[in-house]
Amino acid sequence: MAELAHDTLREMQLRMLRIRAFDERASKMVKRGHIPGTVHTSIGQEAQVVGATMALGAGDYMSGNHRSHGHPIGKGSPLGPLMAELAGKATGVCKGKGGSLHLADFAVGSLGESGIVGSSIPIANGAALSSKVLNNGKVALAFFGDGAANQGVLYESMNMAGVWDLPMIFLCENNQYALSTPAHTVTSGVISQRAAGFGMPGIRVEEGQDVLAVYDAVSEAVARARAGDGPTLVEVMTYRYNEHSEGLRLGTDYRDAGEREAWLKKDPIILFRHYLASQGFSDDELDGLQATALAEVDAAVAFSDASPYPDLSVAFDDLYTDKESAA
Amino acid sequence: MTVMSYLGAIGAAQREAMDADERVIIIGEDVEANVYGTTGGGKSRSDKGDFLQRYGKNRIRNTPISEEGIVGAAAGAAMTGLRPIVDLSYSSFLYMAMDQFVNQVAKNRYMFGGQASMPVVFRSAMFYGLNTGAHHSDRPYPMFMNVPGLKIIAPATPSDAKGLLRSAVDSDDPILSFEACLLWSAKEDVDENEFWIPLGVARTAREGTDVTVVAISSSVPEAVAAAEELAQEGVSVEVIDPRTLVPLDRDAILRSVAKTGRLVVAEPAHRTCGAAAEISALVAEEIFDSLKAPIIRVTAPDMQIPFSPSLEKQMYPTKATIAAAIRRVVDLPALQPVAAAV
Repeated sequence: MAELAHDTLREMQLRMLRIRAFDERASKMVKRGHIPGTVHTSIGQEAQVVGATMALGAGDYMSGNHRSHGHPIGKGSPLGPLMAELAGKATGVCKGKGGSLHLADFAVGSLGESGIVGSSIPIANGAALSSKVLNNGKVALAFFGDGAANQGVLYESMNMAGVWDLPMIFLCENNQYALSTPAHTVTSGVISQRAAGFGMPGIRVEEGQDVLAVYDAVSEAVARARAGDGPTLVEVMTYRYNEHSEGLRLGTDYRDAGEREAWLKKDPIILFRHYLASQGFSDDELDGLQATALAEVDAAVAFSDASPYPDLSVAFDDLYTDKESAA
Repeated sequence: MTVMSYLGAIGAAQREAMDADERVIIIGEDVEANVYGTTGGGKSRSDKGDFLQRYGKNRIRNTPISEEGIVGAAAGAAMTGLRPIVDLSYSSFLYMAMDQFVNQVAKNRYMFGGQASMPVVFRSAMFYGLNTGAHHSDRPYPMFMNVPGLKIIAPATPSDAKGLLRSAVDSDDPILSFEACLLWSAKEDVDENEFWIPLGVARTAREGTDVTVVAISSSVPEAVAAAEELAQEGVSVEVIDPRTLVPLDRDAILRSVAKTGRLVVAEPAHRTCGAAAEISALVAEEIFDSLKAPIIRVTAPDMQIPFSPSLEKQMYPTKATIAAAIRRVVDLPALQPVAAAV
């Protein structure tokens, strides 16, 4: 395991706390009608998100999926425009055109979320192709779930990345359910082992609630990609605490009895807090991180609340580069 | 000016674009071997102008047969600094990548609030009229006209193919180019210097005063031939080729029909929700009072393309079916029973 500086460890915990606080607040705002539509939270998956995003460099690219608030946050995106986007405000990171399912912050390399499962995987692959052709040293990472692991486009993309040695990381966030469907009931074999068929390394991070385990595995894949040694498939075992989307009331019948409670005991934020304490972080500092994250989310909500909704006059903006082409 | 074929003109535009900007790459099935004649100077690899020799494997890339992966990767590459030209060979293959076209290529600029630029061109050949059966004969451009965010060109002449493709490569919007194989061998004098034909500007293929025929793709030369035939009988036919279907040059169409008062629309696509239907609706909505006769569409019928030559050749607009439609709108007697396809 790499020796990480105090500031890096601190930042990991802060980003996990940000994601937790952001999504907990977003969940409440959906239920109170302050966010239109719904959201899909990453609560419970923070280690996997932050371990992967912090293994990337500032200029590196990533694409996300429907459960993707955490990805730009993990990559360092400011919270205000993200929250305003969820609320459909003009100051949203996508000017209120995308919403929860389509967050993107190109300033941090976040090339966008996709509401279509698996659909954004080739987008990251294309970013990796750009890096290869332009020889700019950037790598790209595609986040996708265990559900998307059964989409054909993943394998088209893995094949292309493999044959072209693209600087690419395929990161499977295996939270074990596609909505209500247990992954093992619809998935033949082990996802990470599918990499072998494409001649690339396939790694399964069993301790996916341990941010350092994820960080180490993805860092190794990033180093391979950056060295020109091609793509890697990383499967991270994790767990989502909430329903597939906020507002669903499926109950827990589709989960094994006691399963959620067992995962709660290895909560990524609590686990890492214990680790940080063992590394000399004081309780004051750790409590301070929690307070910082909550204050940032408060400020993000205040920013969103104070922001206007987009005016109808901008509805056609960005359909094309020129306004004339919009009929 | 130099005599160029339609395919040669596309090759010339691709070569100019590759020379002009290192961010332009060409990816697709069989592009390295210049199978379709648009990525090389001649018949063999050693001929002067071969793209693989000229630009190298970094910028000329054969792809696996993975349309969804190719289209998505081209979109991602366009979003991060490249300007890909994607050769998808047959237009029927576009369906394999429908999710990427509709959900990523077309939507990303808009739904990400303008953060994404999408400078990518998807070229494909409509292989109809050549007895290739139902899986290779599609003319699917109207489906894509129904997807906001895409721009669509359908050049009908070598000059238009060259000039429109240059504009398409330089555009920061995603563009689909539909190229009819029936036009591949068409030849004309083409400016060998660089030139750009702006998107959204129609071409008047022939001027006239009695009837407007708006014709698309391979229906353009058929419409011009029909116009020449009718001229012998004293009917003056104007032929408008929109060239770009999105954005459509509405003004040019409306101006012409306002002048002539009669409209025939000819295209090789299916009848229902086709470009002809859209153009007919446009004219009916905007200048109904100018019309002296009902609008007539000459299209392919809503059915599969049969293999047998005796069946297939009846499917698309021809000089004869377009001429028959023109006769109807000017109240001339039909020369023969109007074909079912009219």
